[in-house]
Amino acid sequence: MIEGIGLEYFLILSTIVFFTGIYGFLTRKNLITILMSTELILNAVNINFVAFNKYLYPEKLEGQFFALFVIAIAATEVAVAIAIIISLYRRLKTIDVEKANEMKY
Amino acid sequence: MEKAMFYILSGMILVFSLLTVTSRRILRAAVYLLFVLLGSAGLFFMLNFNFLAAVQLTVYAGGIIVLIIFSIMLTSHVNEKLEAAGAKKSVFSFLAVAAGAAVTLYAILNYSFPSVSDRVNDSSMKTIGTMLLSYKDDGYVLPFEVISILLLAAMVGAIIIAKREHKL
Repeated sequence: MIEGIGLEYFLILSTIVFFTGIYGFLTRKNLITILMSTELILNAVNINFVAFNKYLYPEKLEGQFFALFVIAIAATEVAVAIAIIISLYRRLKTIDVEKANEMKY
Repeated sequence: MEKAMFYILSGMILVFSLLTVTSRRILRAAVYLLFVLLGSAGLFFMLNFNFLAAVQLTVYAGGIIVLIIFSIMLTSHVNEKLEAAGAKKSVFSFLAVAAGAAVTLYAILNYSFPSVSDRVNDSSMKTIGTMLLSYKDDGYVLPFEVISILLLAAMVGAIIIAKREHKL
């Protein structure tokens, strides 16, 4: 708990980061930058989990554990996504989502 | 003092997350993302979640950012500039995002959260280790094991997918 800082401050911060990530997800065309936008979204969710844990249920540790699991899942997601990106690049020589439409049908 | 630190960290997170999604140089975007993750690790430290902050630093800032930078090196030139999004696309995305953020912020600011401050949590390494492997009421052994299988599957999958195909 931080003196003078309420739960709302954390929620406002994570809301803005979350929607910044969604903005990047919608406007970017390069696959790696889309992946980085998802990382922003997951990070905003982590801030939320931790703030709720600390401010509303300080005697429990649920928020911390779920933030840990989110970090682990983000790591696996990035590993698989980067494998797919590299294999796509080898095949098509591009990672632009609008040009990489070979698997579309 | 702590209040000022919170404002510095959250300002850093906000500025660098905006730069992450708008920067046109992809390597710089990755470095800005690193600063966002460092800022949130700082917030976790301030809230006394030391283990979580350390995991954030090692796994996120140390592992994921290195992976992303490696894949940038493998797939694009360092000085290459990304093409900017079209004006129509960015305007409509901004409108959608602003509407979503407005609804969420309205809900947050109009809800009165109960204030509990007298109870303390014990987020020491010992408690975390015991709870992760306990199968009693507050135990997390099932998600722990599921995550370990997921990590194994992702590892095998990443190797299979990225493996160079043999010519027939």
